[in-house]
Amino acid sequence: MENKVLMKGTDAIGEAAIQAGCKCYFGYPITPQNEIPEYMARRIEEVGGVFLQGESEIASINMVLGAAASGVRAMTSSSSPGISLKQEGMSFLAAMELPAVIVNIMRGGPGLGNIAPAQGDYYQATRGGGHGDYRTPVFAPAAIQELYDITMDAFDIADMYRTPVMIMGDGMMGQMMEPIVLNKRKEINLPVKDYILTGADGRPSRIMRSLILDVMEMEEHNWKLKRKYDLMRSRLPSCEEFMTDGAKLVIVAYGTAARIAKGAVKRARRDGVAVGLLRPISLWPFPDKAIQNLAKEVKNFLVFEMSTGQMVDDVIMALKGKAECEFYGRPGGVVPTPAEIERIIGRYWVQRGL
Amino acid sequence: MNKVFSKPKYLKDVPFHYCPGCGHSIIHRLIAELIDEMNMGLRIIGVPPAGCAVLAYNYFDIDMCEAPHGRGCAVATGFKRSQPDKIVFTYQGDGDMAAIGTAETLHAANRGERITSIFVNNAVYGMTGGQMAPTTLLGQKTSTSPYGRRADVEGYPLLITELIASLKGAAYVARNSLATPAKILAAKRSIKKAFEVQMQGIGYSLVEILSPCPTNWKLSAIDSFKLLETRMEKEFPIGVLKDVTKAKEEA
Ligand SMILES: Cc1ncc(C[n+]2csc(CCOP(=O)(O)OP(=O)(O)O)c2C)c(N)n1
Repeated sequence: MENKVLMKGTDAIGEAAIQAGCKCYFGYPITPQNEIPEYMARRIEEVGGVFLQGESEIASINMVLGAAASGVRAMTSSSSPGISLKQEGMSFLAAMELPAVIVNIMRGGPGLGNIAPAQGDYYQATRGGGHGDYRTPVFAPAAIQELYDITMDAFDIADMYRTPVMIMGDGMMGQMMEPIVLNKRKEINLPVKDYILTGADGRPSRIMRSLILDVMEMEEHNWKLKRKYDLMRSRLPSCEEFMTDGAKLVIVAYGTAARIAKGAVKRARRDGVAVGLLRPISLWPFPDKAIQNLAKEVKNFLVFEMSTGQMVDDVIMALKGKAECEFYGRPGGVVPTPAEIERIIGRYWVQRGL
Repeated sequence: MNKVFSKPKYLKDVPFHYCPGCGHSIIHRLIAELIDEMNMGLRIIGVPPAGCAVLAYNYFDIDMCEAPHGRGCAVATGFKRSQPDKIVFTYQGDGDMAAIGTAETLHAANRGERITSIFVNNAVYGMTGGQMAPTTLLGQKTSTSPYGRRADVEGYPLLITELIASLKGAAYVARNSLATPAKILAAKRSIKKAFEVQMQGIGYSLVEILSPCPTNWKLSAIDSFKLLETRMEKEFPIGVLKDVTKAKEEA
């Protein structure tokens, strides 16, 4: 058996980044993710990397930009209000096709909100977030092992597709401790970084820009990005199906909400309710094929989010009217218990006459 | 025949887009000459701003990376921290440096970031069409201060260079002007010193350059250069504000 270590979510993110060869961390404190910069401040110098606390999230994401353009694996992390401030920089990263990993440990909002776990930033994360026509791959792990593995993969995905990649968690995922295996980095072939700026030594000078004044050229750049996003759409969707065999009702939930829903599904199954769970792991690209496959048999879906309803739009779009879709939400930082979700399942089950 | 004047090696062979009488082209030339004279061409990375000089990367034949408006010093920090052996400079206008990017500028300076900033003060927002800048002079009319800048409404011209000189992380801080050929040569000496300070690894270096914008000042090129001396240099006194290498020599 492999050696397991007990690790907290935020530390798992930090250690995974180190193992993935991240050499630059720039960030600004905000609860509930302060343990990430704190971990990196201790750890990254041991591997010859750079930790720098920026004067703001804006500064931090732009430091990431400079490091990414240097060809170095770089990351930043924050929580909701800070992620809002990073959006301009993320748009530039997407435009310049620079790899970076951005972690959002979501909290209750809008505004300053609170520091409790919430899922209100789904739209921002999956619809581009910043200005302009771009997408960012977004992953929402629901266990510490998964958080560790996905953080490590995120750096490869960022390099493979030359794109910023986002990891979405919440205070619960950040604070929770679970035993995990510190898997080694996968050996994969990544494209040579032939775009980086290192001083024009032995080659012609290079520029890195997002300003494209010629509209035809800008349009072509947009289509080029779109082709890249289509490629990611065909390769990156991922999800977990839990107890969907013979299910008449499927709950769709991600991250912390999915953990709660899983508990509820187990309880309901014990009571003979044929319910399952589909847990999107990639939020963009959304695993709509998996939902469509389920919808061949299952005609009732219930989306549960710790928000007033955002991912539910993607589920409805994926279903294309082939099944009923209801929503249950607890926004604002409320973390319901599996028992509460089980009650919701029961109520829906009866209402729909299942 | 002896060649006495030619395009600097590190300027590409393309015409500048800058307006007649604009100072950006002069400053580009000074930097390009120094890149050659100081043998920096193979290890320098430039960070141009959002502003009239955004297209600087079309002119300099060196590696360059555009920064979002105001974030030059943060982007340059990312470059320098991941490639400490490289020479990194930002090129920024007054809006970029002293309004939207004030925080990035001050904090990079205060950290003693081993980068050099070339700060072009033309007292207006050139690129967006001549709006008020943090350095717009009192009484100066711009498209967003149509009655002339009033201290009680728009506040005073911001002397960010003086602010930076007060920070311990700043090693060399100078203000120059393009008003006369002699002053242009002095500006070149300041930029040279700023790069030297970066190479010595002793801290942040900054050269502010008072530069004309005839188009938005609505003056002829000649009158704009005159105004640099009669008005700009009064509000923004030229000279070396800080040089820690001098202080060391004296001590
Ligand atoms: C976030 C953001 N806000 C506003 C702008 C528009 N903008 C571009 S350049 C500029 C100001 C340019 O003035 P300055 O920095 O003084 O440089 P100059 O053009 O005079 O050389 C502004 C407001 C922008 N590009 N990005």
